[in-house]
Amino acid sequence: MIKVLRSGLLSTIQDQGRLGFQIYGVPISGVMDSYSANLANLLLGNDENAAVMEITLIGPRLLFNSPTSLVLTGADLSPSLNENSIDLNTIHQVQIGDVLSFGPLKKGIRAYMAVKGGFTAPMIMKSRSMYANITNVAVLKSGDELQIESSNSVIHIKNASIKMRNNHFDEIVLDAYIGPEFDNLDDSVKHLLGSSIFTISNDHNRMGYRLEELVPNEMNQLLTSPVLPGTVQLTPSGRIIILMRDAQTTGGYPRILQLADNAMNILSQKKTGDQIRFKLMKTPI
Amino acid sequence: MSDFELKYQPYGIRSILIEWPPEISEKILNDILIFKEAIKNNYTKQIVEVNHGYNSILVTYDVAINNIYSCFSELKACYSELNGSIKLKSSHWNIPVCYDEKFGLDLRFLSEEKNLSIDAIIECHSKPIYSVYFTGFLPGFLYLGGLDDRLFQPRRSDPRLSVEKGSVAIGGQQTGIYPCDSPGGWHIIGKTPISLFDPTKNTPCFAKAGDKISFQPVNLEEFEHLKKEIENGTYELEKLNL
Repeated sequence: MIKVLRSGLLSTIQDQGRLGFQIYGVPISGVMDSYSANLANLLLGNDENAAVMEITLIGPRLLFNSPTSLVLTGADLSPSLNENSIDLNTIHQVQIGDVLSFGPLKKGIRAYMAVKGGFTAPMIMKSRSMYANITNVAVLKSGDELQIESSNSVIHIKNASIKMRNNHFDEIVLDAYIGPEFDNLDDSVKHLLGSSIFTISNDHNRMGYRLEELVPNEMNQLLTSPVLPGTVQLTPSGRIIILMRDAQTTGGYPRILQLADNAMNILSQKKTGDQIRFKLMKTPI
Repeated sequence: MSDFELKYQPYGIRSILIEWPPEISEKILNDILIFKEAIKNNYTKQIVEVNHGYNSILVTYDVAINNIYSCFSELKACYSELNGSIKLKSSHWNIPVCYDEKFGLDLRFLSEEKNLSIDAIIECHSKPIYSVYFTGFLPGFLYLGGLDDRLFQPRRSDPRLSVEKGSVAIGGQQTGIYPCDSPGGWHIIGKTPISLFDPTKNTPCFAKAGDKISFQPVNLEEFEHLKKEIENGTYELEKLNL
């Protein structure tokens, strides 16, 4: 068991998400940066769908009441174990009484903590991903107790570590397939979308990222239709909204682009003021 | 056979969007529902989700689509074999709503705006039989068709930060029930004590696309009584014969 001593800004348990329940209006949810989260599970030999903790901007303070092995990946939030700083992307053994804490944000905004066997948060609709009105707990709070698979076994891969892709945090180009309503855009807007640099606004969260710059939009709204995480919508006022993992399941704004999976991972590590550019692509056939 | 001209498009690398003409109609709803059913029955293994809106179906496969044209032709073949005149099984739910001003926070405003008495608004809202088109916006939020056009009212310019679970409201040309506490910009005219979404149930929402809904006005006292029955687990929602 792990006890949350301080929650941090936004710490949640996430797995690969809740597929197959969109017809009930249930968002898919799941880890925002699956590249980083998957690395953490891979290093521990966990199932790919094992639940991890997603930690955002300010890390929690956690007390371990069972021994386990853990890996931290994704954003660098200056992690320490018992006040000694520890490395990302490598396995750490923890004992009863150990305290994991975090410091200043150095790179990215979302860190992942995997433990051996995964978090055993309640499985609701085939997923442990936290979401308001689906799971009882939507966000971790201080005092919460988190169940984990207990593991006394030491992992024998000595010095196992993985090197992250260098450009995961610095990349500004997001691969984006043209979306269902892309062809209704004026040619000048299509050009603008593929050539401009855009800035992340201060309105960004697990539901979506809004961009600062407006683009002209002459298109009508749609009859409400399904959307997906990664869908790039254009509002009547010309605002670009990129839907993320907790997005609603349907929407009425034109769907101009659809981000590639890895573009969503890259975007998930961006914060207010960071810049991005879209690389427009046709879907492969 | 079904006779709409459908448009097939890729949507990302795992999904295909199928579109009907942009109209809200019972005929398109029925066509969508029978096509959805056929897709789910024919491709249970490769397909993880078949979601739909007023005039569209989104088919999501479990892996990246290898050959989009062969997927298009499979789906087109499936559509051409449909019997467009069949009706799927559906239910008619009678949902109790208390239109007391205690809950109907915008009744007075609507009454002035629409030049209708509050009783007339309640009558206009509880008389029609509504069709469930699909679920979206929030878990368990039903998109209903059939609102009396005398009640059409643009959304509030300043959405409320919190609308209570069960609130029955009007937004634009639509009416709906908030399945959970949520921010919201619709005009609230009443409240139902029943729950529209229970994530612990196998079928988390009793109503599905294609079902019919009507609203049964109840007074405050009946509302409180029903609420108790629901809490005690002795309440059963009325299902009318179609």
